[in-house]
Amino acid sequence: MASNFGFSISKPRVIDIDRNNLRKSNEILREMPELQSCIGCGSCTASCTAGNLTSYNFRKVHTLVRRGEYVGAYEEMNKCMLCGKCRLVCPRGINTRKVAMLIKRKLGDF
Amino acid sequence: MTEKRVAIIGGGVAGMQMAIHLKERGANPVIIEREPTLGGKVAGWYVLFPTFTPAEQVVAPLKQRIAELGIEVMLDTTVTAIAPTCVTLQHGQLLRCDAVALCSGSTLFDARIKEEYGYGIYDNVYTSADLEQMMREGEVRMANGERPERIAILHCVGSRDEKVCQRHCSKVCCVTGVKQAIELKRMMPQAEVFNFYMDIRMFGPGYEEMYREAQVAHNVHFVRGRISEASPLSEGRLQIKAEDTLTGRPLRMSVDMLVLLIGMRGNDDNLPLATSAGITLAENGFFHPRNHFLDNVESERKGIFMAGTCSSPKSIGETLCEATTAAERIINYLNRSNKA
Ligand code: SF4
Ligand code: SF4
Ligand code: SF4
Repeated sequence: MASNFGFSISKPRVIDIDRNNLRKSNEILREMPELQSCIGCGSCTASCTAGNLTSYNFRKVHTLVRRGEYVGAYEEMNKCMLCGKCRLVCPRGINTRKVAMLIKRKLGDF
Repeated sequence: MTEKRVAIIGGGVAGMQMAIHLKERGANPVIIEREPTLGGKVAGWYVLFPTFTPAEQVVAPLKQRIAELGIEVMLDTTVTAIAPTCVTLQHGQLLRCDAVALCSGSTLFDARIKEEYGYGIYDNVYTSADLEQMMREGEVRMANGERPERIAILHCVGSRDEKVCQRHCSKVCCVTGVKQAIELKRMMPQAEVFNFYMDIRMFGPGYEEMYREAQVAHNVHFVRGRISEASPLSEGRLQIKAEDTLTGRPLRMSVDMLVLLIGMRGNDDNLPLATSAGITLAENGFFHPRNHFLDNVESERKGIFMAGTCSSPKSIGETLCEATTAAERIINYLNRSNKA
């Protein structure tokens, strides 16, 4: 314990857009350009039953995916129950439920 | 040019300011107002951002000047059609004129449409306009007569929302929300006030400073997240849900009062009026000027002018400026048509 002075090596926290490969992210946006209009208001997460019971945060996951941060996104999206509540509240009218399905389909192999 | 008649549609601050300028320059304006009094929306407000000036200090001098100048005012009168030389009044009566000015303002969004916030369903959900009314009456109270101890103010209700077909930003509600938060804290320093916002738009002189004042002097809490729904708890309290997007976690809390910052939308009769005049509306249902630069108070049709919030949400200061500019343009137009 004392020997590592409380430091340890962990994955860098930074979202490195230079290193991240945005190909998947661009593919997702090409299929559902409406996601580009997200203003990050969090209404989807606020209304999400899964998100209120678990650490799942739909807004955060789809925002991370857009930044090219795919690791763990598929597993997170699997917590979605596809209930569609988020779609009822999105002020941009995004078909958020379809976004959840699309991300799962595109990132199944990550 | 004397006695050239200008029909001004709407007797809010835009219409009054314009009428005064036209009269002082020798034209003969007539204000046509659908309500029984002059003053428009501003007359229902308590104090104005960013200086906390009583609204009455803007409305009363304008009204007084209208009376002094003997400007003709038709109250309780609706306009059903317009053309550059004639407006049609409610019973088909025609009013001849030499130019027309649209100063017809906008409509406050009906908060009942956003059912998830419970306006008109649960107690203690109010609009920003209701809050102004309570402040004019000198007291902010819950339905049971008690002082609220915790108040949430929600930004963007009926604005920036595809679900209610209002895509535009209403521009002045953010600063109104900050102003109202400060007023609430001044009236009730013990109360906690939370503003829920998606973006804070502080575009005018002194506005950002007000935002800072709300934070520093009054400890107003700003939460970046839009409330998704409100539900009733016991004793008239409400539970609200949002995502605190800056921490990435869902948030819920109970409040004694929820204030909805309702936006401005285009009047329902904008379309019939525009159609009668042969002009088009902007996509958001407001009138639009011929262009946003050198002809920003003129419609697509010569002889029809506009000022104030009928062409987009704007502040009172901006509205007054436009009314003055439009009066100047109208005088030039009347002079030109005189020579022709
Ligand atoms: S569809 Fe998925 S993300 Fe949307 S509210 Fe339901 S569980 Fe949450
Ligand atoms: S509700 Fe819509 S706009 Fe808001 S964060 Fe979710 S997807 Fe984006
Ligand atoms: S001014 Fe602020 S509260 Fe009003 S619509 Fe724009 S962002 Fe929303």
